[in-house]
Amino acid sequence: MNKVANYIKSLFLWELILGLKLTGRYFFAKKITVQYPEEKTPLSPRFRGLHALRRYPNGEERCIACKLCEAVCPAVAITIESEQRADGTRRTTRYDIDLFKCIYCGFCEESCPVDSIVETRIFEYHFEKRGDNVMTKDKLLEIGDRYEKQIAADRAQDAPFR
Amino acid sequence: MKLLLQLAAIVGLSVAIALSVAFLTLAERKVIGYMQARIGPNRVGPRGLFQPFADLLKLVMKEIIIPSGANRGLFIIAPILALAPALAAWAVIPFDDGLVLADVNAGLLYILAMTSIGVYGIIIAGWASNSKYAFLGALRSAAQIVSYEIAMGFALVGVLIAAGSMNLGDIVRAQEGSVMHWFWLPLLPLFLIYFISGVAETNRAPFDVAEGESEIVAGFHVEYSGMAFALFFLAEYASMILISILAALMFLGGWLSPFQGIPFVQDWFAWVPGIVWLLAKTSFFLFLFLWFRATFPRYRYDQIMRLGWKVFIPITIVWLLAVGLAVIYELPWWFDHE
Repeated sequence: MNKVANYIKSLFLWELILGLKLTGRYFFAKKITVQYPEEKTPLSPRFRGLHALRRYPNGEERCIACKLCEAVCPAVAITIESEQRADGTRRTTRYDIDLFKCIYCGFCEESCPVDSIVETRIFEYHFEKRGDNVMTKDKLLEIGDRYEKQIAADRAQDAPFR
Repeated sequence: MKLLLQLAAIVGLSVAIALSVAFLTLAERKVIGYMQARIGPNRVGPRGLFQPFADLLKLVMKEIIIPSGANRGLFIIAPILALAPALAAWAVIPFDDGLVLADVNAGLLYILAMTSIGVYGIIIAGWASNSKYAFLGALRSAAQIVSYEIAMGFALVGVLIAAGSMNLGDIVRAQEGSVMHWFWLPLLPLFLIYFISGVAETNRAPFDVAEGESEIVAGFHVEYSGMAFALFFLAEYASMILISILAALMFLGGWLSPFQGIPFVQDWFAWVPGIVWLLAKTSFFLFLFLWFRATFPRYRYDQIMRLGWKVFIPITIVWLLAVGLAVIYELPWWFDHE
Protein backbone atom coordinates (compact mmCIF):
# COMPACT_ATOMS: atom_id res chain seq x y z
CA MET A 1 0.00 0.00 0.00
CA ASN A 2 2.77 2.33 1.02
CA LYS A 3 4.59 1.53 -2.18
CA VAL A 4 1.57 2.42 -4.26
CA ALA A 5 1.11 5.64 -2.34
CA ASN A 6 4.75 6.51 -2.92
CA TYR A 7 4.41 5.77 -6.61
CA ILE A 8 1.40 8.02 -6.96
CA LYS A 9 3.17 10.69 -4.94
CA SER A 10 6.17 10.64 -7.25
CA LEU A 11 3.95 10.55 -10.33
CA PHE A 12 2.26 13.75 -9.25
CA LEU A 13 5.67 15.34 -8.45
CA TRP A 14 4.58 15.92 -4.88
CA GLU A 15 8.03 16.32 -3.32
CA LEU A 16 9.09 18.60 -6.16
CA ILE A 17 6.11 20.84 -5.56
CA LEU A 18 7.05 21.03 -1.87
CA GLY A 19 10.54 22.14 -2.89
CA LEU A 20 9.15 24.75 -5.24
CA LYS A 21 6.91 26.01 -2.46
CA LEU A 22 9.92 26.56 -0.22
CA THR A 23 11.92 28.54 -2.76
CA GLY A 24 8.74 30.33 -3.78
CA ARG A 25 8.34 31.54 -0.22
CA TYR A 26 11.94 32.75 -0.11
CA PHE A 27 11.35 34.65 -3.35
CA PHE A 28 9.16 37.05 -1.38
CA ALA A 29 11.13 36.87 1.86
CA LYS A 30 13.13 39.79 3.21
CA LYS A 31 16.54 40.01 1.57
CA ILE A 32 19.48 39.87 3.93
CA THR A 33 22.13 41.27 1.59
CA VAL A 34 24.39 43.91 3.13
CA GLN A 35 25.29 46.46 0.43
CA TYR A 36 28.92 46.44 1.46
CA PRO A 37 30.62 49.72 0.71
CA GLU A 38 27.55 51.68 1.78
CA GLU A 39 26.36 49.38 4.55
CA LYS A 40 28.58 47.49 6.94
CA THR A 41 28.07 44.70 9.40
CA PRO A 42 28.73 45.54 13.05
CA LEU A 43 32.24 44.73 14.30
CA SER A 44 33.09 43.17 17.63
CA PRO A 45 35.46 45.06 19.96
CA ARG A 46 37.55 41.89 19.73
CA PHE A 47 37.83 42.23 15.96
CA ARG A 48 41.30 41.25 14.74
CA GLY A 49 42.33 43.47 11.85
CA LEU A 50 45.40 45.50 11.08
CA HIS A 51 48.01 45.73 13.87
CA ALA A 52 49.06 48.79 15.83
CA LEU A 53 51.63 49.64 18.51
CA ARG A 54 50.34 51.79 21.36
CA ARG A 55 51.88 54.48 23.54
CA TYR A 56 51.33 55.53 27.14
CA PRO A 57 49.44 58.79 27.60
CA ASN A 58 52.76 60.55 28.22
CA GLY A 59 53.92 59.66 24.75
CA GLU A 60 56.31 56.88 25.76
CA GLU A 61 55.97 53.77 23.61
CA ARG A 62 54.64 50.78 25.54
CA CYS A 63 56.71 48.08 23.91
CA ILE A 64 59.56 46.85 26.13
CA ALA A 65 61.00 44.40 23.58
CA CYS A 66 60.21 41.32 25.67
CA LYS A 67 59.73 39.41 22.40
CA LEU A 68 56.85 37.32 23.76
CA CYS A 69 54.82 38.15 20.66
CA GLU A 70 57.70 37.10 18.41
CA ALA A 71 57.93 33.82 20.29
CA VAL A 72 54.21 33.08 20.30
CA CYS A 73 53.57 34.04 16.69
CA PRO A 74 52.57 30.77 14.97
CA ALA A 75 53.30 32.18 11.51
CA VAL A 76 56.70 33.65 12.47
CA ALA A 77 55.52 36.96 11.07
CA ILE A 78 57.11 39.18 13.75
CA THR A 79 60.79 40.19 13.79
CA ILE A 80 62.15 42.22 16.71
CA GLU A 81 65.56 43.70 17.39
CA SER A 82 66.29 45.65 20.57
CA GLU A 83 68.90 47.77 22.35
CA GLN A 84 69.40 49.44 25.67
CA ARG A 85 68.41 53.08 25.50
CA ALA A 86 70.45 55.86 27.16
CA ASP A 87 68.06 55.93 30.14
CA GLY A 88 68.70 52.24 30.77
CA THR A 89 65.37 50.88 29.49
CA ARG A 90 65.17 48.23 26.80
CA ARG A 91 63.43 49.32 23.61
CA THR A 92 62.97 47.91 20.12
CA THR A 93 65.05 49.21 17.24
CA ARG A 94 63.07 47.16 14.79
CA TYR A 95 59.56 45.80 15.01
CA ASP A 96 58.39 44.26 11.73
CA ILE A 97 55.17 42.36 11.04
CA ASP A 98 54.97 40.67 7.67
CA LEU A 99 51.27 40.88 6.87
CA PHE A 100 51.60 38.22 4.17
CA LYS A 101 52.70 35.76 6.85
CA CYS A 102 50.34 36.99 9.54
CA ILE A 103 47.21 34.88 10.08
CA TYR A 104 45.52 37.43 12.35
CA CYS A 105 45.18 34.95 15.23
CA GLY A 106 45.61 37.62 17.88
CA PHE A 107 48.18 35.67 19.92
CA CYS A 108 50.61 38.63 19.89
CA GLU A 109 47.97 40.78 21.47
CA GLU A 110 47.17 38.08 24.05
CA SER A 111 50.79 37.62 24.97
CA CYS A 112 51.71 41.27 25.31
CA PRO A 113 52.31 42.13 29.02
CA VAL A 114 52.00 45.87 28.43
CA ASP A 115 49.13 45.94 25.91
CA SER A 116 51.44 47.41 23.32
CA ILE A 117 50.82 45.35 20.18
CA VAL A 118 47.10 45.24 19.41
CA GLU A 119 44.90 44.37 16.50
CA THR A 120 42.50 47.09 15.43
CA ARG A 121 39.18 47.14 13.66
CA ILE A 122 40.80 48.24 10.39
CA PHE A 123 40.27 45.61 7.74
CA GLU A 124 40.12 47.68 4.55
CA TYR A 125 43.71 48.25 3.45
CA HIS A 126 45.92 47.38 0.55
CA PHE A 127 49.54 47.41 -0.58
CA GLU A 128 50.71 48.92 -3.83
CA LYS A 129 54.35 47.83 -3.85
CA ARG A 130 56.20 44.72 -2.84
CA GLY A 131 57.66 45.40 0.58
CA ASP A 132 54.65 47.45 1.70
CA ASN A 133 53.34 44.27 3.26
CA VAL A 134 55.98 44.54 6.00
CA MET A 135 54.64 46.84 8.68
CA THR A 136 57.57 48.62 10.31
CA LYS A 137 57.68 50.04 13.82
CA ASP A 138 57.04 53.57 12.54
CA LYS A 139 53.96 52.56 10.59
CA LEU A 140 52.59 50.52 13.47
CA LEU A 141 53.09 53.36 15.94
CA GLU A 142 51.44 55.79 13.55
CA ILE A 143 48.36 53.57 13.28
CA GLY A 144 48.36 53.28 17.07
CA ASP A 145 48.49 57.08 17.45
CA ARG A 146 45.76 57.68 14.93
CA TYR A 147 43.28 55.14 16.30
CA GLU A 148 44.23 55.26 20.00
CA LYS A 149 40.74 56.40 21.02
CA GLN A 150 39.00 53.49 19.35
CA ILE A 151 41.67 51.01 20.52
CA ALA A 152 41.45 52.18 24.11
CA ALA A 153 37.65 52.04 24.05
CA ASP A 154 37.68 48.50 22.67
CA ARG A 155 40.20 47.34 25.31
CA ALA A 156 38.11 48.92 28.06
CA GLN A 157 34.98 47.20 26.83
CA ASP A 158 36.71 43.83 26.75
CA ALA A 159 38.62 44.27 30.03
CA PRO A 160 36.06 42.49 32.31
CA PHE A 161 36.43 39.31 30.27
CA ARG A 162 40.23 39.12 30.31
CA MET B 1 10.20 45.44 -51.57
CA LYS B 2 8.49 42.42 -50.09
CA LEU B 3 11.85 40.73 -49.72
CA LEU B 4 13.25 43.76 -47.92
CA LEU B 5 10.32 43.80 -45.49
CA GLN B 6 10.82 40.13 -44.84
CA LEU B 7 14.51 40.72 -44.19
CA ALA B 8 13.72 43.58 -41.84
CA ALA B 9 11.31 41.31 -39.96
CA ILE B 10 13.96 38.61 -39.65
CA VAL B 11 16.57 41.05 -38.37
CA GLY B 12 14.04 42.58 -36.01
CA LEU B 13 13.09 39.21 -34.61
CA SER B 14 16.72 38.18 -34.16
CA VAL B 15 17.49 41.41 -32.31
CA ALA B 16 14.40 40.95 -30.15
CA ILE B 17 15.52 37.41 -29.28
CA ALA B 18 19.06 38.56 -28.48
CA LEU B 19 17.69 41.29 -26.22
CA SER B 20 15.32 38.86 -24.52
CA VAL B 21 18.23 36.52 -23.91
CA ALA B 22 20.26 39.38 -22.44
CA PHE B 23 17.54 40.30 -20.00
CA LEU B 24 16.73 36.67 -19.30
CA THR B 25 20.26 36.20 -17.97
CA LEU B 26 19.70 39.18 -15.70
CA ALA B 27 16.28 37.87 -14.66
CA GLU B 28 17.85 34.51 -13.92
CA ARG B 29 20.45 35.99 -11.61
CA LYS B 30 17.84 38.20 -9.97
CA VAL B 31 15.27 35.44 -9.46
CA ILE B 32 17.79 32.95 -8.13
CA GLY B 33 19.22 35.65 -5.92
CA TYR B 34 15.79 36.47 -4.55
CA MET B 35 15.11 32.82 -3.86
CA GLN B 36 18.34 32.67 -1.88
CA ALA B 37 17.37 35.78 0.12
CA ARG B 38 19.91 37.86 -1.82
CA ILE B 39 19.17 40.77 -4.17
CA GLY B 40 21.30 39.78 -7.14
CA PRO B 41 23.20 42.18 -9.41
CA ASN B 42 22.31 45.80 -8.70
CA ARG B 43 25.42 47.84 -9.47
CA VAL B 44 25.36 48.37 -13.24
CA GLY B 45 22.63 50.82 -14.09
CA PRO B 46 19.41 51.26 -12.12
CA ARG B 47 18.69 48.03 -10.21
CA GLY B 48 21.38 46.28 -12.25
CA LEU B 49 19.44 46.72 -15.47
CA PHE B 50 22.55 47.15 -17.63
CA GLN B 51 24.34 44.13 -16.18
CA PRO B 52 23.80 41.99 -19.31
CA PHE B 53 25.51 44.62 -21.45
CA ALA B 54 28.48 44.70 -19.11
CA ASP B 55 28.66 40.90 -19.30
CA LEU B 56 28.41 41.00 -23.07
CA LEU B 57 31.15 43.62 -23.33
CA LYS B 58 33.38 41.45 -21.18
CA LEU B 59 32.75 38.38 -23.33
CA VAL B 60 33.36 40.30 -26.56
CA MET B 61 36.67 41.69 -25.28
CA LYS B 62 37.95 38.30 -24.19
CA GLU B 63 40.31 36.29 -26.32
CA ILE B 64 38.97 33.16 -27.98
CA ILE B 65 41.49 30.48 -27.09
CA ILE B 66 41.66 27.51 -29.45
CA PRO B 67 43.39 24.57 -27.76
CA SER B 68 46.37 23.24 -29.74
CA GLY B 69 44.86 19.75 -29.77
CA ALA B 70 41.51 20.97 -31.04
CA ASN B 71 40.09 20.55 -34.49
CA ARG B 72 40.07 24.20 -35.55
CA GLY B 73 37.33 24.08 -38.14
CA LEU B 74 34.86 22.10 -36.08
CA PHE B 75 35.78 24.06 -32.97
CA ILE B 76 34.70 27.30 -34.63
CA ILE B 77 31.67 25.82 -36.37
CA ALA B 78 30.18 24.17 -33.26
CA PRO B 79 28.84 27.29 -31.51
CA ILE B 80 27.38 28.52 -34.80
CA LEU B 81 25.72 25.15 -35.29
CA ALA B 82 24.27 25.38 -31.81
CA LEU B 83 22.92 28.88 -32.29
CA ALA B 84 21.59 28.78 -35.84
CA PRO B 85 18.82 26.19 -35.32
CA ALA B 86 17.81 27.81 -32.04
CA LEU B 87 17.19 31.03 -33.98
CA ALA B 88 15.85 29.41 -37.17
CA ALA B 89 13.07 27.65 -35.27
CA TRP B 90 11.55 31.06 -34.51
CA ALA B 91 10.49 31.47 -38.13
CA VAL B 92 7.23 29.57 -37.64
CA ILE B 93 6.24 31.00 -34.26
CA PRO B 94 2.99 33.00 -34.54
CA PHE B 95 3.05 35.96 -32.16
CA ASP B 96 -0.52 36.94 -32.84
CA ASP B 97 -3.26 35.87 -35.21
CA GLY B 98 -1.42 36.08 -38.56
CA LEU B 99 1.69 37.72 -37.11
CA VAL B 100 4.15 35.06 -38.22
CA LEU B 101 7.34 35.11 -40.29
CA ALA B 102 6.60 31.93 -42.23
CA ASP B 103 3.11 30.44 -42.09
CA VAL B 104 4.27 26.89 -42.70
CA ASN B 105 1.73 24.07 -42.62
CA ALA B 106 4.25 21.60 -41.18
CA GLY B 107 5.35 24.10 -38.51
CA LEU B 108 5.38 21.57 -35.71
CA LEU B 109 7.54 19.20 -37.71
CA TYR B 110 9.90 22.02 -38.58
CA ILE B 111 10.23 22.95 -34.89
CA LEU B 112 10.94 19.36 -33.96
CA ALA B 113 13.60 19.12 -36.66
CA MET B 114 15.26 22.39 -35.71
CA THR B 115 15.41 21.68 -32.01
CA SER B 116 17.00 18.30 -32.66
CA ILE B 117 19.67 19.78 -34.91
CA GLY B 118 20.82 21.91 -31.97
CA VAL B 119 22.36 18.85 -30.34
CA TYR B 120 24.94 18.62 -33.13
CA GLY B 121 26.48 21.88 -32.01
CA ILE B 122 26.99 20.39 -28.55
CA ILE B 123 28.31 17.05 -29.80
CA ILE B 124 30.71 18.69 -32.25
CA ALA B 125 31.88 21.15 -29.60
CA GLY B 126 32.65 18.28 -27.25
CA TRP B 127 34.43 16.33 -29.93
CA ALA B 128 36.41 19.18 -31.46
CA SER B 129 37.69 20.44 -28.10
CA ASN B 130 39.77 17.27 -27.74
CA SER B 131 39.35 17.40 -23.98
CA LYS B 132 38.03 14.58 -21.83
CA TYR B 133 35.60 16.73 -19.90
CA ALA B 134 34.15 18.28 -23.04
CA PHE B 135 33.87 14.83 -24.58
CA LEU B 136 32.07 13.38 -21.56
CA GLY B 137 29.75 16.37 -21.49
CA ALA B 138 28.96 15.95 -25.17
CA LEU B 139 28.26 12.23 -24.71
CA ARG B 140 25.95 12.90 -21.82
CA SER B 141 24.05 15.67 -23.54
CA ALA B 142 23.74 13.66 -26.76
CA ALA B 143 22.23 10.68 -24.94
CA GLN B 144 20.00 12.90 -22.86
CA ILE B 145 18.70 15.00 -25.71
CA VAL B 146 18.05 11.99 -27.91
CA SER B 147 16.11 10.29 -25.09
CA TYR B 148 13.96 13.27 -24.29
CA GLU B 149 13.40 14.09 -27.92
CA ILE B 150 11.20 10.98 -28.10
CA ALA B 151 9.02 11.90 -25.14
CA MET B 152 8.80 15.45 -26.43
CA GLY B 153 7.93 14.26 -29.93
CA PHE B 154 5.15 12.09 -28.55
CA ALA B 155 3.82 15.00 -26.53
CA LEU B 156 3.74 17.06 -29.71
CA VAL B 157 1.95 14.23 -31.52
CA GLY B 158 -0.73 14.51 -28.84
CA VAL B 159 -1.12 18.20 -29.64
CA LEU B 160 -1.22 17.39 -33.32
CA ILE B 161 -4.01 14.84 -32.84
CA ALA B 162 -5.99 17.19 -30.65
CA ALA B 163 -5.67 20.17 -32.97
CA GLY B 164 -5.79 18.23 -36.22
CA SER B 165 -3.09 20.46 -37.71
CA MET B 166 0.66 20.97 -37.67
CA ASN B 167 0.35 24.68 -38.33
CA LEU B 168 1.08 26.45 -35.05
CA GLY B 169 -1.49 29.14 -35.83
CA ASP B 170 -4.18 26.52 -36.40
CA ILE B 171 -3.17 24.78 -33.18
CA VAL B 172 -3.81 27.97 -31.25
CA ARG B 173 -7.10 28.62 -33.09
CA ALA B 174 -8.22 25.08 -32.16
CA GLN B 175 -7.99 26.09 -28.49
CA GLU B 176 -10.45 28.94 -28.93
CA GLY B 177 -13.25 29.07 -26.33
CA SER B 178 -12.06 29.56 -22.76
CA VAL B 179 -9.24 28.70 -20.39
CA MET B 180 -10.83 25.26 -20.06
CA HIS B 181 -10.64 24.78 -23.82
CA TRP B 182 -6.91 25.25 -23.88
CA PHE B 183 -5.04 22.03 -24.41
CA TRP B 184 -3.37 22.02 -21.01
CA LEU B 185 -6.44 20.37 -19.51
CA PRO B 186 -7.22 17.52 -21.91
CA LEU B 187 -3.49 16.97 -22.52
CA LEU B 188 -2.34 17.58 -18.93
CA PRO B 189 0.17 14.69 -18.73
CA LEU B 190 1.53 15.57 -22.16
CA PHE B 191 1.78 19.21 -21.11
CA LEU B 192 3.84 18.36 -18.03
CA ILE B 193 5.98 15.90 -19.96
CA TYR B 194 6.52 18.39 -22.75
CA PHE B 195 7.73 21.06 -20.39
CA ILE B 196 9.94 18.75 -18.33
CA SER B 197 11.42 17.30 -21.52
CA GLY B 198 11.95 20.85 -22.69
CA VAL B 199 13.96 21.56 -19.55
CA ALA B 200 16.01 18.44 -20.28
CA GLU B 201 16.37 19.36 -23.97
CA THR B 202 17.88 22.72 -23.14
CA ASN B 203 20.27 21.12 -20.63
CA ARG B 204 18.91 23.21 -17.81
CA ALA B 205 18.87 22.37 -14.11
CA PRO B 206 17.94 19.84 -12.80
CA PHE B 207 18.94 18.02 -15.99
CA ASP B 208 22.19 19.92 -16.59
CA VAL B 209 24.52 16.92 -16.32
CA ALA B 210 26.07 17.95 -19.66
CA GLU B 211 27.74 20.83 -17.89
CA GLY B 212 27.82 19.49 -14.35
CA GLU B 213 30.40 21.72 -12.71
CA SER B 214 31.10 19.34 -9.88
CA GLU B 215 32.12 16.32 -11.92
CA ILE B 216 33.00 17.44 -15.47
CA VAL B 217 33.94 21.08 -14.88
CA ALA B 218 31.71 22.71 -17.49
CA GLY B 219 30.99 19.85 -19.85
CA PHE B 220 30.99 20.45 -23.56
CA HIS B 221 32.06 24.10 -23.40
CA VAL B 222 35.07 23.88 -21.04
CA GLU B 223 37.50 24.89 -23.77
CA TYR B 224 35.42 27.78 -25.06
CA SER B 225 35.95 31.39 -24.07
CA GLY B 226 34.95 34.85 -25.16
CA MET B 227 32.48 35.22 -27.99
CA ALA B 228 32.44 31.51 -28.85
CA PHE B 229 31.26 30.78 -25.33
CA ALA B 230 28.74 33.60 -25.58
CA LEU B 231 27.21 31.94 -28.66
CA PHE B 232 26.58 28.72 -26.68
CA PHE B 233 25.09 30.83 -23.95
CA LEU B 234 22.88 32.64 -26.43
CA ALA B 235 21.80 29.34 -28.00
CA GLU B 236 20.89 27.81 -24.64
CA TYR B 237 18.80 30.78 -23.60
CA ALA B 238 17.21 31.20 -27.02
CA SER B 239 16.08 27.56 -26.86
CA MET B 240 14.77 28.17 -23.37
CA ILE B 241 12.61 30.99 -24.65
CA LEU B 242 11.60 28.87 -27.63
CA ILE B 243 10.50 25.96 -25.45
CA SER B 244 8.54 28.38 -23.27
CA ILE B 245 6.79 30.11 -26.15
CA LEU B 246 5.97 26.72 -27.70
CA ALA B 247 4.47 25.53 -24.43
CA ALA B 248 2.41 28.70 -24.34
CA LEU B 249 1.27 28.22 -27.96
CA MET B 250 0.43 24.54 -27.76
CA PHE B 251 -0.97 24.16 -24.26
CA LEU B 252 -1.93 27.59 -22.96
CA GLY B 253 -3.76 28.96 -25.95
CA GLY B 254 -1.00 31.17 -27.39
CA TRP B 255 -2.28 34.68 -28.01
CA LEU B 256 -5.81 33.91 -26.75
CA SER B 257 -7.00 35.93 -23.80
CA PRO B 258 -7.42 33.94 -20.57
CA PHE B 259 -10.70 35.77 -19.99
CA GLN B 260 -12.25 34.51 -23.18
CA GLY B 261 -15.67 32.98 -22.63
CA ILE B 262 -16.35 34.77 -19.34
CA PRO B 263 -19.20 37.20 -19.90
CA PHE B 264 -18.38 40.93 -19.41
CA VAL B 265 -14.78 40.28 -18.24
CA GLN B 266 -13.77 39.23 -21.73
CA ASP B 267 -14.97 42.58 -23.08
CA TRP B 268 -12.97 44.55 -20.52
CA PHE B 269 -9.80 42.88 -21.72
CA ALA B 270 -10.71 42.85 -25.41
CA TRP B 271 -8.34 45.80 -26.09
CA VAL B 272 -5.25 43.88 -24.95
CA PRO B 273 -3.31 42.76 -28.04
CA GLY B 274 -2.82 39.02 -28.30
CA ILE B 275 0.95 39.28 -28.26
CA VAL B 276 0.80 40.57 -24.69
CA TRP B 277 -1.00 37.43 -23.55
CA LEU B 278 1.47 35.27 -25.43
CA LEU B 279 4.47 37.03 -23.91
CA ALA B 280 2.93 36.86 -20.44
CA LYS B 281 2.41 33.11 -20.78
CA THR B 282 5.96 32.72 -22.10
CA SER B 283 7.34 34.68 -19.19
CA PHE B 284 5.51 32.37 -16.82
CA PHE B 285 7.27 29.35 -18.30
CA LEU B 286 10.61 31.14 -18.27
CA PHE B 287 10.08 31.90 -14.61
CA LEU B 288 9.48 28.19 -14.08
CA PHE B 289 12.85 27.46 -15.72
CA LEU B 290 14.56 29.80 -13.26
CA TRP B 291 12.48 28.56 -10.35
CA PHE B 292 13.49 24.98 -11.12
CA ARG B 293 17.13 25.96 -11.26
CA ALA B 294 16.90 27.66 -7.88
CA THR B 295 15.14 24.68 -6.33
CA PHE B 296 16.19 21.30 -7.62
CA PRO B 297 19.50 19.52 -7.18
CA ARG B 298 20.97 17.92 -10.28
CA TYR B 299 19.57 14.52 -11.30
CA ARG B 300 21.93 11.59 -11.29
CA TYR B 301 22.68 10.50 -14.83
CA ASP B 302 20.98 7.08 -14.64
CA GLN B 303 17.94 8.70 -13.02
CA ILE B 304 17.59 11.02 -15.98
CA MET B 305 17.65 8.06 -18.34
CA ARG B 306 15.16 6.16 -16.20
CA LEU B 307 12.79 9.12 -16.09
CA GLY B 308 12.96 9.62 -19.84
CA TRP B 309 12.64 6.04 -21.00
CA LYS B 310 10.68 4.28 -18.27
CA VAL B 311 8.31 7.01 -17.12
CA PHE B 312 7.76 9.65 -19.76
CA ILE B 313 7.59 7.52 -22.89
CA PRO B 314 5.05 4.99 -21.48
CA ILE B 315 2.86 7.78 -20.10
CA THR B 316 2.88 9.67 -23.38
CA ILE B 317 1.96 6.54 -25.34
CA VAL B 318 -0.94 5.75 -23.03
CA TRP B 319 -2.18 9.32 -23.20
CA LEU B 320 -1.84 9.37 -26.98
CA LEU B 321 -4.28 6.47 -27.07
CA ALA B 322 -6.64 8.31 -24.74
CA VAL B 323 -6.49 11.47 -26.85
CA GLY B 324 -6.96 9.46 -30.03
CA LEU B 325 -10.09 7.83 -28.65
CA ALA B 326 -11.40 11.15 -27.37
CA VAL B 327 -10.97 12.69 -30.81
CA ILE B 328 -12.56 9.75 -32.63
CA TYR B 329 -15.60 9.70 -30.36
CA GLU B 330 -15.70 13.52 -30.32
CA LEU B 331 -15.56 13.79 -26.56
CA PRO B 332 -17.79 16.74 -25.71
CA TRP B 333 -16.38 20.07 -24.58
CA TRP B 334 -12.96 19.73 -26.24
CA PHE B 335 -13.23 17.60 -29.32
CA ASP B 336 -16.82 18.08 -30.52
CA HIS B 337 -15.77 20.45 -33.23
CA GLU B 338 -19.20 21.91 -33.91
